Amino acid sequence: MEHLVLPNSGLTRDDEGSKLGMWLFLYTEVLLFGGLFIVYTMYRYLYPDSFLQGSYHLSIPIGTINTIVLLTSSLTVAMGITALQKGNNKLAVWLMVATMFFALVFMVNKYFEWSAKIEHGLFPGMDAYMQLPRGETLFFFLYFFMTGLHALHIVVGAVLIGVVTMEIKNGKQSSTNFAFTENAGLYWHLVDLIWIFLFPLFYLIH
Amino acid sequence: MTEEITGHKNFFEEKKGLASWIFTTDHKRIALLYLYSIGFFFLAAVFLGFLLRLELIAPGKTIMEPQTYNQIFTLHGVIMIFLFIIPGIPAIFGNFFIPIIIGTDDVAFPRINLVSWYLYMTGAFLALGTLFFGEGPADTGWTFYAPYSVKTGTNVSMSVLAAFILGFSSILTGLNFIVTIHRLRASGMTWFRMPLMAWSTYATSWIQILATPIVGITLLMIVAERSFGIGLFDPSLGGDPILYQHLFWIYSHPAVYVMILPAMGVISEIIPTFAHRTIFGYKAIAMSSMAIAFTGYFVWAHHMFTTGLSSTAALIFSLATFFVAIPTAIKIFNWVATLYKGSIDVKPPLLYAMAFVFLFLIGGLTGLVNGAIAADIHVHDTTFIVGHFHYTMFGGVGIVFFGAMHYWFPKIWGKMYNFKIANIAFALIFIGFNALYFPMLISGLQGLPRRYYDYPAEFQLTNVISTVGSWILIVGMILMIYNFFRAKKRGEKAPRNPWGGLGLEWQTPSPPPLHNFDKMPELVEGGPYNYKDNY
Repeated sequence: MEHLVLPNSGLTRDDEGSKLGMWLFLYTEVLLFGGLFIVYTMYRYLYPDSFLQGSYHLSIPIGTINTIVLLTSSLTVAMGITALQKGNNKLAVWLMVATMFFALVFMVNKYFEWSAKIEHGLFPGMDAYMQLPRGETLFFFLYFFMTGLHALHIVVGAVLIGVVTMEIKNGKQSSTNFAFTENAGLYWHLVDLIWIFLFPLFYLIH
Repeated sequence: MTEEITGHKNFFEEKKGLASWIFTTDHKRIALLYLYSIGFFFLAAVFLGFLLRLELIAPGKTIMEPQTYNQIFTLHGVIMIFLFIIPGIPAIFGNFFIPIIIGTDDVAFPRINLVSWYLYMTGAFLALGTLFFGEGPADTGWTFYAPYSVKTGTNVSMSVLAAFILGFSSILTGLNFIVTIHRLRASGMTWFRMPLMAWSTYATSWIQILATPIVGITLLMIVAERSFGIGLFDPSLGGDPILYQHLFWIYSHPAVYVMILPAMGVISEIIPTFAHRTIFGYKAIAMSSMAIAFTGYFVWAHHMFTTGLSSTAALIFSLATFFVAIPTAIKIFNWVATLYKGSIDVKPPLLYAMAFVFLFLIGGLTGLVNGAIAADIHVHDTTFIVGHFHYTMFGGVGIVFFGAMHYWFPKIWGKMYNFKIANIAFALIFIGFNALYFPMLISGLQGLPRRYYDYPAEFQLTNVISTVGSWILIVGMILMIYNFFRAKKRGEKAPRNPWGGLGLEWQTPSPPPLHNFDKMPELVEGGPYNYKDNY
């Protein structure tokens, strides 16, 4: 027996709906980091000098490079979406691959940055870390916690873009059906945006 | 009333086998997956509560050691809050009925819906896994207050991770409902023609999305603090335990409305159906849900009046707390006004709805006692608080959960249960409930602290009454559950519309077919509660 098909079915494609869902999800991500920003604000207010001392340990050049890398990746993903919408799938695939490449560059940079800190024993629980004054321990804890959580988001975002690339390649995403690509792009922009806040808070404010 | 179901298979018959359940994307099956898992955890937590009450029947040691007692009341709280009350009504009845009552065939993201059930189960296994791994379940109370939660040797990290994952599941469910309600309403169903159940679920979903991430990150900070000894919240390392309380209650107070709003939605469905009368003040009820969701954000520090909050802050939070009472009272008055001059049909679901109004009134009024700063300092951390939140949470959400089971049981399983047994079970539950929790209000006012393992002999009378009440309550619940199983096995076949309700769920066969409707759902002229035949 045939099923009754409703005009407002939840099983049919709904691009507007899936974008609405993505925006709501991004909102929860902002709040997730928001909790950490509250803690950062409070302890920065309590220990302004230690936070300044802590920031001297971080390398502004590496941070700047990573910022440029991420901003460029946001550009490539946006261009990739437009290319797909215009029907140029091949270019879209290349731009998505470029985005993933930038994600990789970011992570490699992060790896060197973190391992230098860990070599100096600045990871929470290590010897040098335990010798630090109170405010600096908080600074480094927040540094590792927030950039770590951010790095996790980079990985998730890169995997998402990888899936998108596969789907463009096998034709599931196309110039008439690009909601998923757009959503992955939105997620990637969010990851970028969070870094735009993390970078000045940890590296630049003096 | 009986209508023949023509040719359609219902959603139970459409597919068979385990895989058809655990890989399903049908919202009705996911709802039942939730029902069975949530039901199981609920009964486990009831059993823990039973043990706690048994311990407290006499001063001194009765059946368990103090440490076990601390762990059991924590586990009881964690399971009840995170595994039963928060997901209970939205994940079961919301999942099953939101798509049906707005006239569509599924939620907006059926696969994410299934993912959230898996997340729920993962969180549940972590929460219960503390029984078997590490140093046993947490002994901190469900609030995981720092610094004790940072220092105790018990397995707090695992419980906290469980709560984090359950929060994620709850966010995805909320997100799904918001998009569903925005995008998939039947044509002609404007916002103000939606059933109130949909309104309250909508308000709930917003709170889930807006508040849960904060507690998620706070709980992760607890894990980090325990693993690395940072000193975020531990004062001996220079941290601030009050900061933890703020971050915790910023979520956990709005979460109280995540728990109660869906229950209020169910009540707004049950009462007009059994009064056969249009709901009084539809817009006021719909908007008060949103008002509660909004105001609920600005009251969190009323959990913290005794922490040395500045008197200005305490005053503001106390005032905001009183404001929450206004939309709640609006609802209560509207429900009572709906019953006025209705042709009331006293069936088991209505009995539960009435019990809710009565019990929640006690819960709400004792809440005002806690909300007033001076009174709060006297009753803070006494059994008065335990009585208060059991009146709101169990008397509110728990009782409505039972009511919703009775209301929608015929629709879900297509069978009728025995009214006589249901009424007896209801009476036992109602009497047992009051015997269990009312004495706590009294002994709390006399100054008995909560969470204490032992107490002076003069408090024994109230404690004995409580414990006996818990037995009556449990007998009532067993009888109720027996009645459901009996009905499922050999109950009479339920017609499409056993109660004469006007909701769209009553236009479809019982149980509904896979895609919910066998004919186009027709909206009722003049609003979802327009009971013309009577008034």
